[in-house]
Amino acid sequence: MTAISDAATPGSPALFGHGEAVASRRYATPMWLRAARYWGYQYKRTWRSSVVTSFLIPVLYLAAMGVALGSLIDKHSHGVDGVTYVAFLAPGLLAGTCMQIGTNDATYPVMGAIKWVRTYFAQLAGPLSVYDVLLGHLAWIAARLAIVTTIYLSVMAIFGVVYSPWAILALPAAVLTGMAFAGPVSAFAATQDKDSSFSTLYRFAIIPMFLFSGTFFPVSQLPTWLEVVAYCLPLYHGVALCRDLTLGQVSWADLGHAAYLTALLGAGYAAGRRTFAKRLVV
Amino acid sequence: MTDVPESESTGTGAPTAGAVASPMVEAHGLVKRFGDFVAVDGVDFSIAKGESFGFLGPNGAGKTSTMRMISCISPLSGGTLRVLGMDPAKDGSRIRSRMGLVPQEDSLDLELTVLDNLMIYGRYFDMPKKVIRARAEQLLDFAQLTERANDRVDPLSGGMKRRLTIARALISDPDLLILDEPTTGLDPQARHLLWDRLYRLKQDGVTLVITTHYMDEAEQLCDRLVVMDKGRFAAEGSPRQLIDTYSTKEVVELRFAPGQHEEVAASLTELAERQEVLPDRILLYTDDGDAALAEVARMGHVARATLVRRSTLEDVFLRLTGRSLVD
Repeated sequence: MTAISDAATPGSPALFGHGEAVASRRYATPMWLRAARYWGYQYKRTWRSSVVTSFLIPVLYLAAMGVALGSLIDKHSHGVDGVTYVAFLAPGLLAGTCMQIGTNDATYPVMGAIKWVRTYFAQLAGPLSVYDVLLGHLAWIAARLAIVTTIYLSVMAIFGVVYSPWAILALPAAVLTGMAFAGPVSAFAATQDKDSSFSTLYRFAIIPMFLFSGTFFPVSQLPTWLEVVAYCLPLYHGVALCRDLTLGQVSWADLGHAAYLTALLGAGYAAGRRTFAKRLVV
Repeated sequence: MTDVPESESTGTGAPTAGAVASPMVEAHGLVKRFGDFVAVDGVDFSIAKGESFGFLGPNGAGKTSTMRMISCISPLSGGTLRVLGMDPAKDGSRIRSRMGLVPQEDSLDLELTVLDNLMIYGRYFDMPKKVIRARAEQLLDFAQLTERANDRVDPLSGGMKRRLTIARALISDPDLLILDEPTTGLDPQARHLLWDRLYRLKQDGVTLVITTHYMDEAEQLCDRLVVMDKGRFAAEGSPRQLIDTYSTKEVVELRFAPGQHEEVAASLTELAERQEVLPDRILLYTDDGDAALAEVARMGHVARATLVRRSTLEDVFLRLTGRSLVD
């Protein structure tokens, strides 16, 4: 251990009460955006692996199931609902992927920011409020969903399964689908002490929903009672909305789908304001 | 390791106790409840600009709860509180933007570099990157972390992480720096280094609010302190005043064979103004320790070990609460 060497002389005026830092800290970036900026900064470190999990995998699915398996399906039953299987599947996978990203980003990162990295506490030590912290995190998740969806839609265009200019609106629709999960799930995550509840959430909610919400086949294939259940699932509405938009089969029902998802996001955010405050402000 | 540099001669920003300026923090009848449990039970205090103010007390005395209310993280359950002239309930964000907070538990991003941690934190205050970078350089120098600037935080020692947390809290040039148990869990060398840095801040005129359960820390750093116990203030004053008021100049410590303490102590009551019988030793409070010790020997008591020392805040605490500060 070296002796204490004062490189700067004690009492040097440069560090404190200087005013430069003070004068500079009054910019008008909204507080929630400052919180979101942190997550963006963080993402720079992990984007490679997240590109693999959230983008490459559905692309592989699209190639294997959409094109390979799809050719079999198209040969035997002339596509699904009047379009090729890959065109049917792609928007379903998009919505399903967004659900997974929305859920993923609202579980472990939220718990980490409370328990492990304690990011939220660092943010709360500065000028941010607990609502800024929540809103900032959700805003970041939305941004990440937008990035993934944009790439995904481009890949769909390359696969030739974007049938209509309405597909532009599939971008906000897919983001909304992801956020309809991120909202409630983040509210839930803030109440949890152990991450084991997250695997339960996946096993009993996310994976079944992924399989039975019209992602891989029309829900009309299901027994009637299960079909009714499917209509209630949020992912069903996300899938239906994205599919109608990329296939250009837009109807008034899509407004209903969007309203359902928006309501879920809103309810999740309202619940999150409570659970975050309860957990972080004592 | 050299001593704490005493450079009174520079004279910049020396704390001026008599300043008429409005207090940095002012509390009246401050209360914090958790359900039925009263953590802070109606305390009053006022902290002046440039002052270094300490909350001394054992774990669970209500220090951290008080700090969390001052730092506008925890809402009050009762009483009034003004911080930097503002109301924490309404202006929490504005207050925190002028405050540096060093919480008990580090909240550094271990995966990021030392410098990145400072950059990110400065961005919460919306400082431009250029300003943060320039200031980070100075602060890393101050925290003696310049060589580790581009290293990840994870492998740093506890003392380094603590210094980084302090540097981070200073990034926005706060008017008020709040430190919750700054040296808890650090080894002695790391503590001294940290004290040295905090001492420098004090000289620079930064208002410090510190909680601690180490009396040596309070003696080193605080101009004024309150002794907290069970949510209330047991005493208030400068370390010197507290010792003068609540203790004698000197203390004689006597250690006898186990089991003898009660018996011996009974015969020594005349020797000192006051005595404390602890499980492992007897403390005699007197203004002349050597004389008392000679008297003990003359009475024929043979102690296993003896020590004459000056009174410390520990003695004050023992007097006020009947138990030691650190269990």
